[in-house]
Amino acid sequence: MAEIVIKDLRKDFGDFTAVQASSFKIEDGEFFMLLGPSGCGKTTTLRMIAGLELPTSGEIWIDGEEVSQKPASARDIAFVFQMFALYPHMNVRKNISYPLVSQGMPRARVREKVAEVARILGIEDILDRPVGGLSGGDRQRVALGRAIVRDPKAFMMDEPLGALDAEFREHMAEELRALHDRMGATTVYVTHDQLEAMQMGDKIVVMNHGVIEQFGTPQDIYDKPATLFVADFIGSPAMNFLKFTGQVEAGAVEVAMHRHRFMIPEMREAFDGDMVFGVRPEHVRLSDAGDFRGEIVASEYLGTTQIVTLKTPGGRLKARIPSDQVARTGETVALGFDPATVTLFDSQSGRALRSDLNEGVLGHG
Amino acid sequence: MAEVILNGVSKAFGATRAVRDVTLTIPDGAFVVLLGPTGAGKTTVLRLISGLEQADTGDILIGGRSVVRDTPAQRDVAMVFQQYSLYPHLTVRDNLAFPLRSPILKTPEEQITRKVREVAEVLHIAHKLDNKATALSGGEMQRVSIGRALVRSPQIYLMDEPLSSLDAKLRADLRIELKRIQADLGATLLYVTHDQIEAMTMATHVGVLDQGRLVQFGTPREIYESPVSSYVASRLGLPRINLLPAGLFGGAPSGARTIGMRPEHVAQGEGKPAEVIRVERLGDQTRLHLRLEGHDIVTLTEVHTSYEPGDTVAIQPRAALYFDAAGARIG
Amino acid sequence: MSSYSITEPSARQKWIAGTLVILYALITMIPLVWILLTGFKSPADAISYPPKVVFEPTLEGYVNLFTTRTRQTPEFLAANPPQTWADEIVRQYDMVIAGPSKFGERFLNSVIIGFGSTFLSIVLGTLAAYAFSRFKIPLKDDLLFFILSTRMMPPIAVAIPIFLMYRQLGLSDTHLGMILLYTAVNISLAVWLLKGFIDEIPREYEEAALIDGYTRFQAFVKVVLPQAATGIASTAIFCLIFAWNEYAFAVLLTTGTAQTAPPFIPTIIGVGGLDWPAIAAAATLFLLPVMIFTILLRKHLLRGITFGAVRK
Repeated sequence: MAEIVIKDLRKDFGDFTAVQASSFKIEDGEFFMLLGPSGCGKTTTLRMIAGLELPTSGEIWIDGEEVSQKPASARDIAFVFQMFALYPHMNVRKNISYPLVSQGMPRARVREKVAEVARILGIEDILDRPVGGLSGGDRQRVALGRAIVRDPKAFMMDEPLGALDAEFREHMAEELRALHDRMGATTVYVTHDQLEAMQMGDKIVVMNHGVIEQFGTPQDIYDKPATLFVADFIGSPAMNFLKFTGQVEAGAVEVAMHRHRFMIPEMREAFDGDMVFGVRPEHVRLSDAGDFRGEIVASEYLGTTQIVTLKTPGGRLKARIPSDQVARTGETVALGFDPATVTLFDSQSGRALRSDLNEGVLGHG
Repeated sequence: MAEVILNGVSKAFGATRAVRDVTLTIPDGAFVVLLGPTGAGKTTVLRLISGLEQADTGDILIGGRSVVRDTPAQRDVAMVFQQYSLYPHLTVRDNLAFPLRSPILKTPEEQITRKVREVAEVLHIAHKLDNKATALSGGEMQRVSIGRALVRSPQIYLMDEPLSSLDAKLRADLRIELKRIQADLGATLLYVTHDQIEAMTMATHVGVLDQGRLVQFGTPREIYESPVSSYVASRLGLPRINLLPAGLFGGAPSGARTIGMRPEHVAQGEGKPAEVIRVERLGDQTRLHLRLEGHDIVTLTEVHTSYEPGDTVAIQPRAALYFDAAGARIG
Repeated sequence: MSSYSITEPSARQKWIAGTLVILYALITMIPLVWILLTGFKSPADAISYPPKVVFEPTLEGYVNLFTTRTRQTPEFLAANPPQTWADEIVRQYDMVIAGPSKFGERFLNSVIIGFGSTFLSIVLGTLAAYAFSRFKIPLKDDLLFFILSTRMMPPIAVAIPIFLMYRQLGLSDTHLGMILLYTAVNISLAVWLLKGFIDEIPREYEEAALIDGYTRFQAFVKVVLPQAATGIASTAIFCLIFAWNEYAFAVLLTTGTAQTAPPFIPTIIGVGGLDWPAIAAAATLFLLPVMIFTILLRKHLLRGITFGAVRK
C-alpha cells in the first residue's frame, strides 16, 4: 500500500489542456475521490496516475518513487474499469486467478489467494460458475476480485458503478466502502456523482475544466465551498445563490442585500461590487414573521423532510424543512438564514470571500 | 383527460406472471406513480394500458370505455419511453411533429407548427428545433421525448422512467417541471419508476408493486407513514428503514416478528449500547452506521457530530413500526 | 519529453501502418490498372514483349468492342472516304464499320438483371427480415436455418434441374428468369444480413409510433426503413456484386435475348486472333457500374461491413 503525491501535473492534447498544474497528496490507505462533470480532466488525471497516459509535465510519486514516465506495468497498480472486462470463456475462479497464474505463482499459493479474496468479497459460492450467467453485481465483485488478488500498491477505479442501475449502485457503494475499510488499500476513485463522492470518500478533489477547484474532506467541501462551482456541484438540492450588488468590510458581521440586512460569519476581507450570497437549503428557515418574504411555488415531500421552492426578491431559492411543517403552494412566508453557514462569493471570479467560516480551508487551493 | 380503471388485470409471459390481478383507479387529473424494483411489473402495467401488450384477464377502462380490444392508436394514449424513442433520422422539430402527423390525428401543418413551438418553449428546447435528434445532450433528448407526448392531448400520459438516464441535477429540475406541467394541464399521468424520490416528490398517489401485485395505493405520506408491510416500508425512505428482530428492544406487540425503525425512529441517548462503525458525512446530513448485537442499523445524527468509529451510543426505538412473520404490519 | 497517450498509436506506428496500407492498395490495383491501360493500347502494343508501359493511346479497342467490321477492296475504300474518327481507326486495316456489335445489348441485359434482382432481393429480404426480427413465427429458428442452408452448396450444383425447369416453364433466356434465379440465390444472404441490422433497431421506436397513431406498416416505412438504410445499402452491394459477376448460370441459361455481359465478353476473342484491347475495354466498362454503385453507397458501407463490431 502506498502514498501517492501529485506535483504540478499537466496534460495537453494538442492545443487542448485537459489537466493544468494539479497538485495534491493521497495518504496511504485513503479512499480518494476525483469528482467533477464530464470533460473536467478527472479521468485523464486517473489515467496518468495509472500510467495509461503520460503527462506533459509534472511528477507522480507512488510509494516514494517518481513514476510519471514509467509504463503502467511497472507501477504495480490495479485498474477497475467502468465496464467490467471479464474473460467470458473462463469461470469465476480462473478469472480471478489469471493475474497470478500469468505471474507464475505456484498453484497451491494461487488457490489460497483466490479463496481469501473470494471470502473478502463474499463470492465463495460462485467460484466455479461461468461468468456468463452472473448478475451485474456479481460480475463487478469478480472484477474487483481480479484487482485485489494481486495486492497492488493502489487501486484506480474509473466510475466502477456507473453502469449499474441506481438502486443497486447505492448498495454496491456501501459494499465497496466496507471492503475498503477492511483492506485499507489506497484507492483513487473517479466519479461525476457528488453523492457517491460524499458517501464513500475520505478526501475529495473537485475538478472543473482541468483545474482543481477544491481539495479537502467531504464535510469541509460541503460546508465551506471555495468557489461557486463547488458550492453548486456539491449538495442536492444545490446551494441557493442570491445575487446582489453591495459592499462588505473586513470584520463585518452583516451584509445589506435587496434592502434587507443579513447576519454573516465575520468577514476576513473587504469586497465591493457584484456578490453572490450562498446558503444551503437546510439552513433556510421559514416563519410567519419577518420582512424578507417569498412565495411558495412548489413543495416536494421526502418523508422526514420536504423541499420547498420559493420566489423571493433575490431570486428563486429552495428550503429543506421538516415535513410536518405546513408549507402551502401560493402562500407567502418570511425567510431566515442560519448566519454561521453563509458564504459570500465574488460574482465575477466565483471565488468565495474569506470569512470566519472558511478561513482555515481556503488557502489549500 | 380521463379516468383510467384497471379491473383484475393479469398478464403472464410464459411461466412468469408479470402482472397479477391488479385493480387500480387512476383519477382524472391525478399524477399516479407506480413504484417497485426491476421486475415488479411496473412497465408491463403501462404497456397493458397503452395496448402494446394484451391482458390475459381483466378489463381496462379509459374514460369509462373498455379498451381491451382496441389497438394502441385507438386508445388515444401518449407514452414516454425510458430511452430510444427519438427518431435519429429526424430533426427535433420533425420528432415533435411526428405524433401530430399520424393518420389518426392528421393535424393541419400550421397548427403543428404552432403546437410544436409552444411545447418547445415550455421545455426550453426552442433553440434546438432544427438540430438532428442525435445532436442533443441526454437531458435535451429526454425533454424532446416528453415533448413528443405533450404535443398531443391524449386521455392519459404514460411515462416509463423518463428521467432515469439523466444526471441528478437535471433529474431534480425536470421533476419540478414535469409536476408543474401536469398540474397546469390538469393531465392524468401514470408514471413508472424505481426511484423513491421521484415517487414521493411528484405523485398525488403512489402504487407500490411487488412481484406483479399492487400491494398498497395511497398518497406518498400515507405510504411513508403507514406502510401495510415491511416490503412497502423499505421502498420509501432514505436511509432505508432498519428491519430488526422484534425482540431486540423489548416492548413489541404480540405476534410481531420484525421491528421497523426509520432513522427518525431511532432515539439516541438512552437504551441499548450500539457501536459506531462508520460516520458518513453527506454534507446536509450525517449518517451513523451502528452495530447492535450483530445487527446493522443506520440512523441520522447531528451534521457536525463528534462521534467517531469505535464510539458507543445508546439507542432505543421511538414510535417504531412492527411487522408479523409474513411481513404484514401490526397495529 | 514528448507527451503521448499509451493507448493511441505513436507517429511511428501510424507511419508504418500507413505504408503497409498503401503498399497493399498498390498490389491489388496493379491488375486493374493494367486492364484499364490495355484498353487503350493497339493490338500490337497489347501483346508486345517486354510489356509496354509507355505507349501511344488509341481508342481502337473500344471501337472494336462496340462495332462489327468487314474487310473491303481498295476501290471501295477509295470511293468512300472515312466519315468519323471511328472509321479512320478501322481503315488502317482496310476495314469499314458494318454495324454495332452486341456488346451494348448484353451490357444493358446485365444492368437490368443485376439491378432488378438486387432490388427484388432487398425488398423481399427486408420484409422477411423484419418479420423474423419482430414477430413470433412458429419454427422461426428452423426456418432461418433452412433459408441459410440454401447457401451451403454452390448454386451451380443445381444447374441441371434448374435448366430443365426453366425450359419447361419457358424462362430460359429471359430477363425475368435470370432476375428470379439471382434473387433466389441472394435472398438467404439478404435475410440474414438484414435481420442482424433490424434486430439492432430498438423496438421502442415502432412502439412509440404505434401509440402515436401509426399502423405497423407505416411505422415500418417511416421509422424502421430509414434506420436500416446502412444495412440495406451494404446488403444491396453484396447482392449486386454476386448478380453482376455471375458467369456459370448465365452461360448455361442465356444464349441471346437475355445474355449478360460475363458470358459475352469471352466471345470477343474470336475472329482474327486475340483482340486483347477490346476485351480489356469490355472489362473496364463492366467494372464501372459496381464501382459507381459502391462509391454512391460508400458512407453507409463502412459502418455496414463492420456491423456488430461498431455499435452505438
